[in-house]
Amino acid sequence: MIKNISNLGDSAVYCDFGSEVNESINANVIDYFNHLTLLIKLKKIQGINNLTPSYNKLIISFDLSLTNFSKLKKIIENIEVIKDIKKKNKKIKIPICCDDSYGLDFERLSNILKLSKDEILAFFFNKEYFCYMTGFIAGMPFVGDINEKIRIERLETPRVKVPKGSIGITEQFANIYTYESPGGWNIIGNTPKKLFEKFNLQDPALIKPGDKISFYQITKEEYLKFNE
Amino acid sequence: MNNTYFEILRPGVNTTVQDTGRNHLYHIGITVSGAIDQKNYKLSNYLVSNELNEAVIEFAYQGPLLKLKNGQINFAITGDIIFNIIRNNLSVEEGNCYQSYILDDGDQIDIISTKKTTYGYLSVSGGFKLEEVWGSYSINTKAQIGPNNGKKYSINEKIFVKKNHIENIKDKKVNYSNPFNGIIRVIKGTNFDYFSKESKNIFFTETYSVTRLVDRMGMRLDGPNLENIINTNIKSEGLIRGVIQVPADGKPIILLSDHGTIGGYPKIAVVISADLDKVAQLVPGSKVNFKEVNLEEAEKLFKDYSIETNKYFNEYS
Repeated sequence: MIKNISNLGDSAVYCDFGSEVNESINANVIDYFNHLTLLIKLKKIQGINNLTPSYNKLIISFDLSLTNFSKLKKIIENIEVIKDIKKKNKKIKIPICCDDSYGLDFERLSNILKLSKDEILAFFFNKEYFCYMTGFIAGMPFVGDINEKIRIERLETPRVKVPKGSIGITEQFANIYTYESPGGWNIIGNTPKKLFEKFNLQDPALIKPGDKISFYQITKEEYLKFNE
Repeated sequence: MNNTYFEILRPGVNTTVQDTGRNHLYHIGITVSGAIDQKNYKLSNYLVSNELNEAVIEFAYQGPLLKLKNGQINFAITGDIIFNIIRNNLSVEEGNCYQSYILDDGDQIDIISTKKTTYGYLSVSGGFKLEEVWGSYSINTKAQIGPNNGKKYSINEKIFVKKNHIENIKDKKVNYSNPFNGIIRVIKGTNFDYFSKESKNIFFTETYSVTRLVDRMGMRLDGPNLENIINTNIKSEGLIRGVIQVPADGKPIILLSDHGTIGGYPKIAVVISADLDKVAQLVPGSKVNFKEVNLEEAEKLFKDYSIETNKYFNEYS
């Protein structure tokens, strides 16, 4: 449950669920997020502009001309979140091509991790992942946890442009760049699958917090021929 | 069908359309966007008798050169802006901000530059004919979302207006200046205690300056280093407009309307809502000092800001 509620500036509520990152804390965050989303939809709560769930925090930004911190804090403290047992989370399979033209950082990874490219990929593909959150740029999923043997820091100097579709790893997480963007994660491959459809106004992001993600490897030929 | 439009003869540096912004999408990574200075944006709508949330053209530094085709409109410009109206007989009138004008078929508006503000607004009576995307007409160039395929305007493009006739507005005017006394009022951030005692003191006593690294996403400041004694990264979490982050280099960054929705740099402070408009308008080289206020004071200052803003709309209506 929420460990502490404080204010972030004068127009956001900062709900702290703990300092660790794990699925059970994150599931808690998402339960609150879903509950509040429903209350907003049913117009049972006023003035909220945005909800941002992350690994272990939920930030609720609001319109200060319609409500304020103490009113919302009281509401949130009294919410009884029903644990979502029948989760409607999806299982999603993402193809990745790890050809050296897409996997940009294998040399660095091999040097630091003391593992061959094949060993790194074996650790990476041998697991189902959990989506903790989406954001930073539209639809970008942050998934985890990757095997301890392939955990690595961010690049010292971030890239100015990471190609769209790139799969990056850092610490216990992996992410997918849904747009070309600056970024400092270690790039191991690229997916031809479209993860964010800006013209789909109802449901633009393929991967959502709570979803289970598995990756599978494709060849460059399959990548180039890929058709959804 | 109304076929009145502006032809863009020169696009300017960063010309987009903006409104109050786009909400309920942070959780999928889509930021709020919207006019970076909400007060000047609303004033521009007021001056042409629009609803205050009608979309307007926002420009930065050098604005666009626009030619009106197939109609007559009222328009107004807000901000601290130098602009001319070039009539279709080629006579040139110097324009004043915070005043409405009539533009005839073939007339041009030449927005030459901004002075003491970075951004300015151009409104037209009746508003622009635009495609709504996710509840807003704001252009987010980063995610390429919004009208004009989410891109800033370029030369020879057309921006259509809804009305082709003028309203009886009669040279509406407001007295408004863009004062900035160099003080940015803030509330301590959730990671305030990540910084050394000396750095906390420096943050509230030393002067910082606005660098050239300013855009709609954020504003980098230069000044004494802020020393982080705990961790220069936090687990990524949600952000809002006005958050002041301090990355490993020790220099603060103020987040503005197009900020990333989550981030992993410690938050030393958050700009109060009442000061967001004037912070966004700071030009590179401006000197600023941070002053701490508590939540109650910030809420009171926002009330004052709202009363002050609304007075322009009430006294003339």
